[in-house]
Amino acid sequence: MATITERVGKSTLEHLDYVGGLSIQLWASIRALGVALPVTGNRYRWKASIVQMFQIGVQAIPMVGLMALCSGFILAMQGASELRRVGALGLVIDLVAIAFTRELGPLLTAIAVSGRSASAFSAEIGTMMVTEEVDALRVMAFEPVEFVLAPKFLAALIVVPCLVVLCNVCGIAAGGIFMFFSTHLGPGQYVHGVMTSIHLRDVITGFIKSVAFAVIIVQVGCLEGFRVRGGPEAVGRSTTAAVVKSTFLVIVADAVFTAIFYFTGGH
Amino acid sequence: MAIISIHDLVVEYGGRRVLDGLSLDIEPGETMVLLGGSGSGKSTLMRHIIALERPKSGSISVKGVDITRCSQADLKRVRRSMGVAFQDGALFNSLSVEDNVALPLREHTSLAPSIINLAVWMNLAAVGLADFGKLLPQELSGGMKKRAAVARALALDPEILIFDEPSSGLDPIVAAELDELILFLKQAFQMTVIVVTHELPSAFRIADRIAMLYNGSFIAVGTKEEIKGNQNPRIRQFLDRIPDNSAPARAIEAYFEKYVQSPEVKP
Repeated sequence: MATITERVGKSTLEHLDYVGGLSIQLWASIRALGVALPVTGNRYRWKASIVQMFQIGVQAIPMVGLMALCSGFILAMQGASELRRVGALGLVIDLVAIAFTRELGPLLTAIAVSGRSASAFSAEIGTMMVTEEVDALRVMAFEPVEFVLAPKFLAALIVVPCLVVLCNVCGIAAGGIFMFFSTHLGPGQYVHGVMTSIHLRDVITGFIKSVAFAVIIVQVGCLEGFRVRGGPEAVGRSTTAAVVKSTFLVIVADAVFTAIFYFTGGH
Repeated sequence: MAIISIHDLVVEYGGRRVLDGLSLDIEPGETMVLLGGSGSGKSTLMRHIIALERPKSGSISVKGVDITRCSQADLKRVRRSMGVAFQDGALFNSLSVEDNVALPLREHTSLAPSIINLAVWMNLAAVGLADFGKLLPQELSGGMKKRAAVARALALDPEILIFDEPSSGLDPIVAAELDELILFLKQAFQMTVIVVTHELPSAFRIADRIAMLYNGSFIAVGTKEEIKGNQNPRIRQFLDRIPDNSAPARAIEAYFEKYVQSPEVKP
């Protein structure tokens, strides 16, 4: 009995320690964000931010675009097979447009960025921990959060919402292609249908989610890296943990945001 | 007045006492070697002198500033007067050797790029790497990496230069070259030098004074001659390379005897 209590207590303390570490790091990185800004910040951090934008954003475009196209086709086909039976094939436009702007765009993007970048952040920082590069930074009077994390944070805050827009466009375009081939609906009519089905609120909620997901991915990925102790195998473990934890937290955050928007939106 | 003053330093990890009430004064311009076997606490002491960790109790004053209790701003100021060459160099692998050396100059000074380039070349020349600035750290040998780390540590013209295991992993010739480099740097730049090592030839070549650590305590602090003549059994054991316990050797011998007698070996 005592052993179970001890285990529960130990596990609880570990989780609290993790959440505490995440909160402290988030606060430190928000304070450090200014150094990564152009003009007012440090030009080397801004240059590093641009490199990160390329790595997190530009290099993810093919993957996010293809995932969105495939998901758009799947959603349109699955929706059409049911809606056709009740003679409401036209609702496929609403289904795809609303699903992507509110939900699938941010979520698919977050999963892609989590898989690509959270693991990369954790591997990079973890390796720096193992090779004492982070210690070297501290000794040279650099703050590792400013030097390593802030450029990644700024880059993710900028490029993840952009990737979400791309994901939405590709997903909705896939629905349009499906509608063209299945019902000969013209592109103009499809776009008109999309514009009438989505509201500004859908776009804003999707944007808020994308920013929150970017925060989660960067903070979890970097924290896993900073917590690496030991050798190369610890880096491997942290890389896996970064992807698993960031994806899990993204889905939890998505559920929370969706619930908040649902109950405050008068649905 | 001592440039570094350690007073009653106690360090514990998970309730285990690693450093037990250490006190030591390091005078300006002297070369202090922290000598001791594996697990004696010398690297832990070094990590506390460069404020990478906080002790349980006690104080470390560097240039009159207690780095265990000072503000982050004061700590940064103190750190800029220190240069540290880590055991494996801790060079940033994504930067060339000259960019590694230039990094603290670019970030912490307002020097013109041409002056920075000149300072980088001079520091690389001082460690014999003037022709290797364009290479990446992974293209250097172990000894060259350590010398590049010294060049980076010299970048901000520090008053205190700290070496963590400078000879480890190097062949005797390269290790001797590094010893001569340390002596040259001390003579040329009039720095206070702290060297953490367990290599006896290296320690006796470069030291002005030696502080011998055993189980987290100083068992002797004195000049090379005083340490060589010290009759403390632990010091004699270390200097005369006497194994701690011959029981494992006997156990291995017994194991092999048993193995040789076994049916597997006997036809």
